[in-house]
Amino acid sequence: MSTAKSLIGTKNKMGQTIVDIEDFFNDKLPKEQHFMTGSEIVKEAIKRASVDMSISYPITPQSEAAALVGELWVEGYVKGYFRGEHEFAVMSQCAGAAFGGARVFTTTSGPGTLRAYENFPMWSGSRLPIMLCLMVRGINTPLSIQPDTIEMGMLLDTGMLMWHAENAQELFDYLLMGYIVAEQPDIHLPIAVACDGFFVSHTKEMVEMVSKDYCIPPYDPYRAPVPVMDMETAPMRIMRDPFVMKSNYISYMTHASWQLEIRGAIERSRKYTKRLMGGSLIEVENGDADIIICSSGTAISQGREAIRLMKAKGMDVGLVKIKTIRPFPDDEVRKALENAKLIVVPELNISGWMAKEIKSCIDRNDRVLVGPHVAGGMTMPPEVLMEEIEKEIALRKVA
Amino acid sequence: MTGYKVIAGPEAFLPPAAATMGIELPDEGGALIEGTLVTEEQALEHAAKKFLEAKVPTIFPGPLVLWDWREGVAKKAKAVRDMFETLKGLARPGQKPMLIPMADYRPKYPKIDPEIEINPNHPNLTIWHNKIDVCMFVGVHCHFANISLKIIRGETNCYTIAMCAQHGHEDAMMTFRDASAEKIDQLTAKIKELAGK
Repeated sequence: MSTAKSLIGTKNKMGQTIVDIEDFFNDKLPKEQHFMTGSEIVKEAIKRASVDMSISYPITPQSEAAALVGELWVEGYVKGYFRGEHEFAVMSQCAGAAFGGARVFTTTSGPGTLRAYENFPMWSGSRLPIMLCLMVRGINTPLSIQPDTIEMGMLLDTGMLMWHAENAQELFDYLLMGYIVAEQPDIHLPIAVACDGFFVSHTKEMVEMVSKDYCIPPYDPYRAPVPVMDMETAPMRIMRDPFVMKSNYISYMTHASWQLEIRGAIERSRKYTKRLMGGSLIEVENGDADIIICSSGTAISQGREAIRLMKAKGMDVGLVKIKTIRPFPDDEVRKALENAKLIVVPELNISGWMAKEIKSCIDRNDRVLVGPHVAGGMTMPPEVLMEEIEKEIALRKVA
Repeated sequence: MTGYKVIAGPEAFLPPAAATMGIELPDEGGALIEGTLVTEEQALEHAAKKFLEAKVPTIFPGPLVLWDWREGVAKKAKAVRDMFETLKGLARPGQKPMLIPMADYRPKYPKIDPEIEINPNHPNLTIWHNKIDVCMFVGVHCHFANISLKIIRGETNCYTIAMCAQHGHEDAMMTFRDASAEKIDQLTAKIKELAGK
């Protein structure tokens, strides 16, 4: 993987040895086991991520993660840290730091995501590889602080990379991998690493990690695909000479081509992401089964439990877990679901955005059962999943 | 795979990003010709032929080689200049090699002077004006190179070559990656070799 290779093997000012990202996930370095919450895991990942600047605004359920990253500033692992005035300010401040060539980390959740929303397409359009840890929660009135993935559906077309961690281990891994992929010069886009609020952020799990004596290489802004400077200075100056002020075909064409380039950059990330994620953007278990549960995040964890219950009843059900939402693993999903007769898509939101994504990339998409859905903090009991599947089997006469 | 080929246009009202059509950038040591992975040696030969066959072979140096901002840049700029001088020295009757800078990325209004510069937001104007049929981008930041290469593909019949210092540009008809002064010198040497000089 292309990084600041000249620094590999040297030590940073905290005494951490800089190693290749691959070495975090092979057997070259000593590993430790820690029993931690997802929020604590964020701190451990950022401690090893050579982060220059972290800015956040408190909102449940990500407040603890942001506060713990603040401790890293006191300890010296993160060079700059402050609390912004609100999420819109925070994400704008993150942009400023990234424009200046810093590796940036931020977190938010639900209403905070929406308050900051205008910044996300600005980040991607400006090619700023900012890491956003999204601990998802409900967004609508009546107010809910509970887990709900609806905000992910609203981020699909912002031009950001978006990965969905099922558990704390993946959250740790994805935060580190994410920086390396997002900062490749041919990608250079913001990345949202999402996890389900509370179910992952506040739940303790055993997580394996490389010692804090090691870290990934720092960001090298000189490889950026845009000049490292603000938007008011030549040679870029896209705010002072914006296309929006010029009503002509060329301006429109440039804007459209600019957006296409962002989509192209998302596509380029597949190659690097596959290398780091073990060769695939999906995970398949018992893929020959007629019935497949296909989704992401903790909905898939509940799917695993439902499969165990159904197996005890003699039912044969497989699983396809989707790790990256952007880019969406179209080809891999299509192939994995080619022979399925019933595709069940459980989701922790009422919009069913994941089912729409899956339906749009497979043929015979009437095979998709859109749901079951829960939202606003409801859990997805495996028994409910099992009941829905049994009902659908009877309805569709799936063997 | 879509079977998509990155070939000279005019391709479409709004051509797609080649990456979204399944074209993948090469790994180290590789290059792309019209979307197909090739060796660097094959690419050097192909690029040299394109330059020699062109009526108006043109080099578009960008800010990364026009400004001496980092160690090694002056050497690379000299390699670009040497390549241009080589093309001029080898020019046959009717052939007009050009060196036109892309000094910055600001849209130029009310109108660019296509005699003296190219701009990523409307590169077709410079290509149309000078009847450029083969061009090479070097030292252009990747984002602006890709935007410009897409617009050129959409609007003109110019054959585009990218000499990229990073991972390459699938939006060009052919691309090198990890471009260095040495690699530019190799291309110059190949041009001389094929010209029999």
